[in-house]
Amino acid sequence: MLTGSEIEDGLEDAMRHPDPVIDIAKLSLTFQTNDGPVHALSDIDLAIEPGDFVSFIGPSGCGKTTLLRVIADLERPTAGSITVNGVSPEQARLNRAYGYVFQAAALYPWRSIAKNVALPLEIMGLSRAEQDARIKKNLELVNLAGFEKKYPWQLSGGMQQRASIARALAVEPNLLLMDEPFGALDEIVRDHLNDQLHQLWAKTNKTVVFVTHSIPEAVYLSTKIVVLCPRPGRVYDVIDSTLPRERTLDMRESEEFLKIAHRVREGLKAGHAYDD
Amino acid sequence: MTASKPTRPAFGTPAALASGIILCIAGALFSTAIAGDVAILNTPTLAAAFGVLAILAIPYAARRPAHPFLDLIFGALTGVCAGLLVPVAHAHAGDARFGFWALVIGFWLASWLFVDRMAAWKPGNPGLVRAVNLLIPVLFGATLLMIWELLVKGFGVPKVLLPAPSEIWVRITVSTAILWADFQQTFLKAVLIGYALGCGSAFLIAIAIDRVPFLRRGLLPIGNLVSALPIIGVAPIMVMWFGFDWPSKAAVVIIMTFFPMLVNTVSGLAAADAMQKDLMRTYAAGYWQTLFKLRLPMAMPFIFNALKINSTLALIGAIVAEFFGTPIVGMGFRISTEVGRMNVDMVWAEIAMAALAGSLFYGAIALLERAVTFWHPSTRGGRA
Amino acid sequence: MTDISLSSSPRGTSPFTGLMSGTTGPVAVVVLAIFAIWYVAAVGLNAPFQQELFERAGRADVPMNEFVAATLAQDRPVLPAPHQVFIEIYETTVEKNITSKRSLIYHSGITLSSTLLGFLLGTALGILLAVGIVHSRVLDKSLMPWVITSQTIPILAIAPMIIVVLNAVGISGLLPKAMISTYLAFFPVTVGMVKGLRSPDIIHMDLMHTYSATRLQTFLKLRLPYAVPYLFTSMKIGMAASLVGAIVGELPTGAVAGLGARLLAGSYYGQTVQIWSALLMAAFLAGSLVALIGVMEKITLKRMGMAR
Repeated sequence: MLTGSEIEDGLEDAMRHPDPVIDIAKLSLTFQTNDGPVHALSDIDLAIEPGDFVSFIGPSGCGKTTLLRVIADLERPTAGSITVNGVSPEQARLNRAYGYVFQAAALYPWRSIAKNVALPLEIMGLSRAEQDARIKKNLELVNLAGFEKKYPWQLSGGMQQRASIARALAVEPNLLLMDEPFGALDEIVRDHLNDQLHQLWAKTNKTVVFVTHSIPEAVYLSTKIVVLCPRPGRVYDVIDSTLPRERTLDMRESEEFLKIAHRVREGLKAGHAYDD
Repeated sequence: MTASKPTRPAFGTPAALASGIILCIAGALFSTAIAGDVAILNTPTLAAAFGVLAILAIPYAARRPAHPFLDLIFGALTGVCAGLLVPVAHAHAGDARFGFWALVIGFWLASWLFVDRMAAWKPGNPGLVRAVNLLIPVLFGATLLMIWELLVKGFGVPKVLLPAPSEIWVRITVSTAILWADFQQTFLKAVLIGYALGCGSAFLIAIAIDRVPFLRRGLLPIGNLVSALPIIGVAPIMVMWFGFDWPSKAAVVIIMTFFPMLVNTVSGLAAADAMQKDLMRTYAAGYWQTLFKLRLPMAMPFIFNALKINSTLALIGAIVAEFFGTPIVGMGFRISTEVGRMNVDMVWAEIAMAALAGSLFYGAIALLERAVTFWHPSTRGGRA
Repeated sequence: MTDISLSSSPRGTSPFTGLMSGTTGPVAVVVLAIFAIWYVAAVGLNAPFQQELFERAGRADVPMNEFVAATLAQDRPVLPAPHQVFIEIYETTVEKNITSKRSLIYHSGITLSSTLLGFLLGTALGILLAVGIVHSRVLDKSLMPWVITSQTIPILAIAPMIIVVLNAVGISGLLPKAMISTYLAFFPVTVGMVKGLRSPDIIHMDLMHTYSATRLQTFLKLRLPYAVPYLFTSMKIGMAASLVGAIVGELPTGAVAGLGARLLAGSYYGQTVQIWSALLMAAFLAGSLVALIGVMEKITLKRMGMAR
C-alpha cells in the first residue's frame, strides 16, 4: 500500500508530466439478462487528467452511472482496458484511491454524523486520534461543524448529502467519484451545494468525476464535459470548457456559458435522435 | 368532525353515558338492592357517594363543555364508589338484586365516561401525554377487574367455576413459596435456558447459512413452513428423550424458538440495500467488517421481532410441555394438577404469575429494542 | 446488478443450474438432507437398545446390515424411521374405517372441526375489534394496549382450565376447544386488520374527504380494500395458532379424541410411532390449511386487481 507522502510525490510527478488519473481504452460492458445481452457501454475511450473536473452527462440509460461504477470497480468491464491511478480499478479500490458519493446520502441511521464520517476510517484501521482529526477537518470543509452528535434523520436532505461528501473526503483520496449527488435535492439547495462543491474542488485540487443529467450543473462545474448517448452506451462528444477555472454563479448568464450549454444540448439531442 | 362548531357539543357519547349514569343511580336509590328488601339507602355512605356521582354527571348530560378538573373529580369519585360497592357485594354474595346491578352498570358507565373524557384531553406537555396514554388502558383493566369482582360476588358464582380477583390475590399472597418454586423451575430454568440456546443457535446458524446462498434458498421456505407448524406437539417426544425434569422443557423451547429466529435473522441480513453494500465495497471492506458495521445493525429490527415473538412462545412451550410429565414442581404441572383438584384459584394464581412473567419478559426485550434500534423509523415514530 | 456482472460463470447454461438457482432445487436438496439425517439419527438413537436386545438374545456379532435394519424396525423406537411413520399413517388413514377410533382421519377430523370453528369465531372477533379500534379513539387508547398485552400472556396455560370449567357447567365437546382457538386466532387478525384499515395514504383519505364521503363509505370503498392483503396475512398466522389451540385443548380431556389426544395417549404408552404420525398429520394439516388460505388470497387479490 502507498503511504500518504508517496501518493503526494506521485501527484507532483503527475503535475509535471500529466499522466491521466483515469485511462480508458476500447472499454465495453455487456450485461447478460433474460431478454438477451444489453450493451451498457460500447467502445469507450477516455482519459481524465489530474485536477480535472469531469462531468458525464446523458439521457437515462446511456451508461453514465455504469461507467462511473466501472471506474469504482463496482462493475467489471467485459472488454477493453482501464486504469485508475495507473493500476487496475480493483487495486485502486483496495488502495482506497477514491471517494464515492451516491445518489442518496446512504448514511447509516444508527451512527451519528461524526461516526458516519468515521466509518471508512474505522475500516481502514486508522488510529482514534487520526480519525478524530479527519472528522473535524472534513466536517468543517462541508460546513457541518457542530453537527457531529446529530443523527442523519435529524438533518435536512442537503445536509445529509454534505455529510456523505465529508465521508468520501475523509478517505483523503485524490479522486472523487460522484453519482448524481444532488439529483434528489431542490433547485435552491442544489445551486448552493454546486457552489460549495466548486470551492471545495478549487481548494483541494482533487480530480472529480461527476455524473449528472443537468446541463447547467455540468457546464458550471466542469473543466471537461463528456456527453454520452444510449443503446449502446457510448461517448458522443467531449467538450473542454473554455470557462476560467474560477467560477461564480452569475457566470451562468455569460455568453461563453450559454455557448457550451448549447453544444451539450445539441449533443444530447443528437444522441436521442439516433434511437428514434 | 370538521363541521362548524356549535355552541354546545352535539349529543354524543359522553352525554348518552352521563344520562345512563343518572338513570341507573336514580333507579338504584329507590329499589331493592339486596335480597330481603334491603335498599341502597340503608348504607348511607354508598348512597351519598353515588348520589354525588349522579349530580356530577348532570353537566355532561346537559352537554356543558367539561373542564379536565371536573373530569378528574368525577374519575376519583367513580373509584371511591366502586371501592364502597365491593364490601357490599362481599357481605351479601349471591343476594344482589336490581338496585345493586343498577349501581354496577352505573359504575361501568361512569368509568367509560371518564376514559372517554381522558381520551379527549389534549395536554400540551409530551410527558403528560405519555402518562395519560398509559393511564387509560390501566383504568380500563382496573374497571374490568372490578366488574369481574362485582359480577362473581353479586351472582354468587362458585369459586370452583370462577374465583373473584380478590380471592385470587389472597391465594397468591398465601402461596408465594409454591409460586416461587414453580417460577424457578419453569421460567428461570426451562424458559430462559431454552430461549437463550434456541435464539443463540438460530442466530449463529443464520449467519453461517447466509454465506451459502444455496442453503439460504433451500432453508428459508422450510423455515417459514415450520414456523406455521404446531411444533408444541414435539413435547411428548422431548419428555421421552430427556426425562421429566427441566431439560426436556428447555428442549421444547429450543425447537419452538429456533425457526422464527432463523427466518428473521436470515431476512434481516438480506435487508441492507444495494447502495449501502456498494458503499462498503468502495471502502474495500472485508466480509466481517461489512457484517458488523452494516448488515447486523440493519438486521436488528428483524432480530428483535423474533426475540419478542419467541418470548411468548418460550413460556407457552415450557408450560404446555409440563402437561406431558414433570417432577412435582413447575407452572404447567401446578396448573394441570390443581385443575384436577378443582383448586381453580390456585390455577388463576399461576396464570396471573405467568402473565406477569410473560409481560415483563416481553417488556424487557421491547425496552432493549428501543435502546438498540433507536434509529429505526418505527421506534422514533417518524418517517424513514 | 453487481452480483450478475461479477459472477464469473455465465448463468442458465444448463437446466440443472437453472433449477438450482431457483428455490425448488435447494428446497428439494434440503428436504432430502433432512430425511438422510433422520435415518442416521434413527440408527444412532435406536442402536443402544438394539445392542441390548441382541446381547440378551446371546448374539454377539451381528452383521452390520442386519443390525441397521433391526434398528429401523423396532416396535417402540426412541426415534422411528421415516418409513415406519409413513406406514403407520397409511395404515391408520387408508386401511382404517373413517368412523373407527383408531383411524387417524377420524382424529384429524375432530381437531380440524374445532380448529375451523375457533378460527372463524376468532377471525370474526378480530375484525370486529379492529373496526372498533380504528373508528373509536377511546377503544384505540384503552383496548389496543390490552390486545397487545394479551399476546405476551401464555394464554395456552388457561386451556386445561377452560375445558374443565366449561365441562363442569355442562358445556363440552367442540365449543370449549374452539374457544381456545378463538382466543389464539383473534390476536393476529386484530393487529393485522388495524394496520390494514389504517394503511390508506393520507392523500386517499383526503380524496374521500373532498367527496364528503360518510365514514361507512370511506370504510367500504377505501379502508376495507386496503386491509384485504393484511387480513390474509394475519389469517394465515391465526389459522396456525388455531390448530395449536385445538391440539392443546385436547390434552386435558383425558385423551379421548383428536390429534392432541393421540399425542398424549402415545406418550402414556410409549407409542413413539403413534406420536410421530400424529405430529406429521398435524403438520400436514397446518400446511394445507395455510396453503388453502394462500390460494384464497391469490384468487381474491387477483379479482381485486391487486395481484403482483
